Amino acid sequence: MTDEERLKVLEEKAAELRRLAEQDGLDLHAEIAILERKIAELRRQVYADLSPWARVQLARRPDRPSGLPFVQALCEAFYELRGDRVVGDDPALRGGLARLAGMRVALLFHHRGATPEEQRASRFGMASAQGYWKAKRIMEVAARLKLPVVTLLNTPGAYPGVQAEAHNVAGAIAACIWTMLRHPAPTVAVILGEGGSGGAVALAAADRVLMLENATYSVISPEGAASILWKDAKVAPKAAEALKLTARDLHELGLIDEVIPEPPGGAHTDFSATVEAVRQALLRHLAELQALPLDELLRARYNRYGHVGARGPNR
Amino acid sequence: MPIRKDRRERYVEVEVSGPREPLWVRCEACGELIFRRKLQENQYVCPRCGAYFFLSAQERIASLVDPESFQELPLPPVPEDPLGFVDQTPYRERLARARQETGLREALVAGVARIAGYGVTLAVLDFRFIGGSMGVAVGEALYAAQAHAAQARLPFLFVVSSGGARVQEGVLSLLQMVKVVAGRELLAQHGVPYIAVLTYPSTGGVLASLGSLADVTLAEEGALIGFAGPRVIEQTTGERLPPGFQTARFALEHGQVDQVVPRAKLREELAQVLRVLAERP
Ligand SMILES: [Zn+2]
Repeated sequence: MTDEERLKVLEEKAAELRRLAEQDGLDLHAEIAILERKIAELRRQVYADLSPWARVQLARRPDRPSGLPFVQALCEAFYELRGDRVVGDDPALRGGLARLAGMRVALLFHHRGATPEEQRASRFGMASAQGYWKAKRIMEVAARLKLPVVTLLNTPGAYPGVQAEAHNVAGAIAACIWTMLRHPAPTVAVILGEGGSGGAVALAAADRVLMLENATYSVISPEGAASILWKDAKVAPKAAEALKLTARDLHELGLIDEVIPEPPGGAHTDFSATVEAVRQALLRHLAELQALPLDELLRARYNRYGHVGARGPNR
Repeated sequence: MPIRKDRRERYVEVEVSGPREPLWVRCEACGELIFRRKLQENQYVCPRCGAYFFLSAQERIASLVDPESFQELPLPPVPEDPLGFVDQTPYRERLARARQETGLREALVAGVARIAGYGVTLAVLDFRFIGGSMGVAVGEALYAAQAHAAQARLPFLFVVSSGGARVQEGVLSLLQMVKVVAGRELLAQHGVPYIAVLTYPSTGGVLASLGSLADVTLAEEGALIGFAGPRVIEQTTGERLPPGFQTARFALEHGQVDQVVPRAKLREELAQVLRVLAERP
């Protein structure tokens, strides 16, 4: 039996005991407490040393906390802004203005959807050109009002489609990077799930880049790397390792600022604890950034990106 | 952002009597056997069917700048193989092979030159070097070239031939997109114009960063311009690609470039652009 299977058995047993306690009024407190301690310990063991490929699976879970529900739990108020003002609106990349711990901020986030209809409409979080043109527009609103920009990423990548190309998705991503880089107020990016390629970096040219423990950030999907470089899609787990796409690896390389711990078992096991952990980290980084005068903020930002990777590990 | 491999070889080299440089090449588009010198004289455009063959960075530069005017800028030193990446071939071996095959140290050649008398800083990608892909070395060289252009107040010219980000450098490659846009911001702050020339292929992370942010954008006839390669689009979406999809003409019709220019006219076209863009002749 694997640790994960043993974990499942223990969890079922605990549920059974709880049911008995409730139905028959038995006092099973002590037994339940022992079992729960065992479960917590086993969970920590199982999840502390996950392989990069296992983290890829966690990052991709459809029930991973992200999207609109995450934003609604994160902020006291959120008002969505829609449309790129030229072609249309994109349900996969959304954004608007929010109140976060009393602060006004602009928010941009990928939305993968909870129901099958929503997931189809948002192409599982793959935003098209309209999404990135809209993101640029919302960042411009924030620039005029000197509001911080917070981005919450969870995307396999930008959508590769005929319409996306016709509407210049490459130009839209480039414009997002440029707009974010010039932004006259603090910017923080948090990778909640998948940070896939150009569709992620478009929203990650930030003063601070944070990742949830089991989130991934990669130039290409492990499957894509496997089929291009190994000519064998089955070696995706190996590719996931070689790409150094985990939060821990990227923190060691000095490319991200903080790894936000997840509840044992993964972010999906505790939505509100995950939101709270992200909120605390966000507020801390925003406070640090807001203490800096604008010219210092921009200088630090250009230093960060102007020579990234050229001097060995960044820190 | 995968490196596109299809249509990489647009002609077959035919060895005739054992010289190092084959004398004849066969056009894959029309099958014509062409005397290599004649193909060279025709700037690597098939004299029979007009198919475009790749230019090396050196050939590209020679085709654009005034004779004897090019002075190369040194590539900034960067750590090599930052991830220790090994797939079927160690990345270090791939680099060594690309260096041997091209005589280049990396996929970019940068320098200063004159075009019709106008001083420019230029950076040219070479597709033969790991698909013209952008890793730390290319990103750093592009940033340095833009910084030079900004300081010297010389218009910046970027000739794109790239499949995108260099996969073997992981997220570091992705972050080069941000770096080259930071360089682009330097040009803007110094009021220095930027001209992009998109050729075959201009895709992935290079197009989705610096390649799309020029003041004036020209597409070479025969270019392929798009974020995702055609095969990726077909496989992911099952969509049928319309005829002419992602060609230079498609980019022009969709408002993504200012002009489509045949290779033989590119130098003359750049001279016209510089006449209205350059601060001084
Ligand atoms: Zn031909």
